[in-house]
Amino acid sequence: MQATVRVRRHNTEAPAVHGKLQEFKFDVSENTTVLDALIKVREEIDGTLGVRCSCRASICGSCGMRVNGQARLACKTKLTDVSRDGAPITVEPMGNMPVIKDLITDMGIFWGKIRQVEPYLQPAGPEPKGEYIASDESMAHLVGVMNCIMCGACVSDCTALEVDSTFIGPAALAKAYRFVADPRDGATQDRLGTLNERSGIWDCTRCYYCVQVCPKGVAPMERIMKMRDLAMEAGYNNTSGSRHTKSFAKSVKKGGLLNETMLAVESTGWLNVPGQMAQAPIGIKSLLKGKLPNPLGHRIKARKHIRRVFDKVEGESK
Amino acid sequence: MFEHDLLIIGAGLAGMRAAVEAVRRGANAAMITKVHPVRSHSNAAQGGINAALTDRGDDWTDHALDTIKGSDYLADQDAVEVMCSEAGQALIELEHMGVIFSRDDQGKLGTRRFGGQKAARTFFVGAITGQAMLHVLYEQVIKANVRVYEEWFVTSLIVEDGVCHGAVALDIRNGELHTIRAKAVVMAAGGAGRVYEPSTNALICTGDGYALAYRAGAPLMDMEMVQYHPTTLASNGVLISEAARGEGAYLLNSKGDRFMLKYAPEYKELASRDVVSRSEQTEINEGRGVNGCVLLDMRHLGREVVEKKLGYLQEVAHDFVGIDLAETPIPIRPGMHYMMGGIKTDVNGATPLPGLYAAGEVANVSVHGGNRLGANSLLDTVVFGRRSAVAGIEYGTSVRNMPKNEDQRKADQARIRQLMDRPKGPRPAAVRRELAETMHNGVAVFRDQKGMEAAAARVREIRSEYEKVSIDDKGKVFNTDLVFALELGYVIDTAEAICVSALTRKESRGAHYRTDMPRRDDANWLKHILVRAGDDGEAPKVDFSPVSITRWQPVERKY
Repeated sequence: MQATVRVRRHNTEAPAVHGKLQEFKFDVSENTTVLDALIKVREEIDGTLGVRCSCRASICGSCGMRVNGQARLACKTKLTDVSRDGAPITVEPMGNMPVIKDLITDMGIFWGKIRQVEPYLQPAGPEPKGEYIASDESMAHLVGVMNCIMCGACVSDCTALEVDSTFIGPAALAKAYRFVADPRDGATQDRLGTLNERSGIWDCTRCYYCVQVCPKGVAPMERIMKMRDLAMEAGYNNTSGSRHTKSFAKSVKKGGLLNETMLAVESTGWLNVPGQMAQAPIGIKSLLKGKLPNPLGHRIKARKHIRRVFDKVEGESK
Repeated sequence: MFEHDLLIIGAGLAGMRAAVEAVRRGANAAMITKVHPVRSHSNAAQGGINAALTDRGDDWTDHALDTIKGSDYLADQDAVEVMCSEAGQALIELEHMGVIFSRDDQGKLGTRRFGGQKAARTFFVGAITGQAMLHVLYEQVIKANVRVYEEWFVTSLIVEDGVCHGAVALDIRNGELHTIRAKAVVMAAGGAGRVYEPSTNALICTGDGYALAYRAGAPLMDMEMVQYHPTTLASNGVLISEAARGEGAYLLNSKGDRFMLKYAPEYKELASRDVVSRSEQTEINEGRGVNGCVLLDMRHLGREVVEKKLGYLQEVAHDFVGIDLAETPIPIRPGMHYMMGGIKTDVNGATPLPGLYAAGEVANVSVHGGNRLGANSLLDTVVFGRRSAVAGIEYGTSVRNMPKNEDQRKADQARIRQLMDRPKGPRPAAVRRELAETMHNGVAVFRDQKGMEAAAARVREIRSEYEKVSIDDKGKVFNTDLVFALELGYVIDTAEAICVSALTRKESRGAHYRTDMPRRDDANWLKHILVRAGDDGEAPKVDFSPVSITRWQPVERKY
């Protein structure tokens, strides 16, 4: 089987290739990974190719890169997974990070965000003589997050980070969850308070890319959503995200449909005068064009059933 | 020029444990590492960490005896006593740091049973124990704000008047060479898997620490003791953890027989690794293999155990061979995995070279002797990582004046310049592959005089070919081509030491099994073999040292 791999070169010391897509062709087997192919290039064809890699078994997290536009671990991606009928594949460095050379990115920003969430256990009270007593269930749950190998794939493809570099981002927030959900950690309240602030848990746009590209099933977005719930339960309600969530649920529970006008008003907050002023022009324009939804909301006939769904879900979560 | 009390080379478990200890004790410590700390190969340790906890009815002396028996009596018993008696404390400390160890019904730490041990004393996190520990130690490194020279590659140790004073290193990011002075150096640079092909080890395991110490004049001890892990993938050498057998997996030959019942009636699949690897190789050699492999069967464990307790193995099996372990036995074979041999140290990590300490796989304390038990390596890293930092700092307080010259950096600069300027020659990767295959053919599970001599001769030839290798990349920014060429030098030095040691030991013990001398010979060979680099072009020098026997007299080893 023949494969064609196009690699985005970035090498300011080699102007001949810098910025170009360089094409390599070789014979491969059905189990050949993208990393195998890149190593072959580096070892046999062009030793100047820059790529980080080490374990070859998706545990060290070195070889995050974009394959056909999507962040992946090169060692975990078979050429046959990404190329139908031998179509060329394109390999580029991860996004949302500066490139140092070829496929090697500067992960300084990534680690800076990890540091930002105080990523170490902060137990309450003195240490016990033996181990902390904790349920196997709680530890097994954390394995799902500790599976994170810090490869950067989620950060690379995060659409919120793309427009707001201050966002803590999926990897660091998943790391934060590892402590928030650890029964041994005593700083949960403070952590949630900090994460509730600007650039934290409410800045995720729920685009699902991080869940999709994570090679280890960490599902960062789901951890972020869980922390939103926990933050609200912990009493952190003074955010538009929290108000949005509550308003959304309230109107659907009441009438079976979303009341869009009240959602906008309530998310901003009744007492937030500048906020309300800021969105007033949109409201007025919509009204004049006959596009303003009825502020009293609509009701559907089957709203009783919707309420039953709410009762069941809310009952279960208690 | 940079200056520290303690310079730690390597940022895996041993290095980070040393760094955290040093900072806790107020020392000015730094780590230097060629990859980001969480990329270190400690990640790949899957199965667990051993400790005998008295509140579980276990006794550290039982753990010590299992370890010593596993070592085929080559381990130093005083060192094993230190490791096993400190294990409980080291384990609890890791738990307090935040490692998410699996629990039992009461919420206490849960165990699984590992090879060569009578009791279930292996504590674990699924099949990602190493990763879970490494990331937690990195959390502690962040908390302690340890200085890390990240993506720096060490080119030499600085030795003046027979004392180690630091290292010279290349900042891979920009190609600059720097002198880093230190009152004491802890070598924690990990293993040497790339000396063999195939190997379970990561691409970064190129024997840097062995070679740096060897060149600096420190002796390497028992380098012939190379562990072949019984369960590795044929295609790429990737490891399938002993945790599989710990959870009850069977080894089957082509006839579907559990052949370990024959070789190790009592321990069966959980005999020590050298025994299981030899048994598998015998089955394969005698025609009862399946395409050069035997089968590891987990079907009877059920899907829940496979996916919950061995999830990472399921992932690897799926990714590399497309097998569902709950449905189909996976073909595996013995593969090079671990170096029991290493830089000779005492129980405090001190090497015979003043100022140089060593811990982790690169060191030989010696607690593993001829064969390491599964889940003793993680324990080794944290116990002796900590101790080497304590001893290194203590030693450093007596160091008054450190030389300030840049001689070593200049010499390394010249060496690198020469390599960069060299006209077209052999490619380093091709030379490395040939050497590694030579080692796999000549100094593997079964060895004999003829095979080892052939390997040693080829390694000598490759050493002279190395003088001609050339690289494509002439740039300064992230020149990994240059780094690989320098690593190849380390690979060759390590291979040389392994060959010399292996040819010296005229008996079979632990992982060193000679078909031409199949008996253990305690009368003549119950001793360590030390190899020192020869002076300029001369042959390496061989020396011996006694094995410490405290309370367990050597007896015949049966599983």
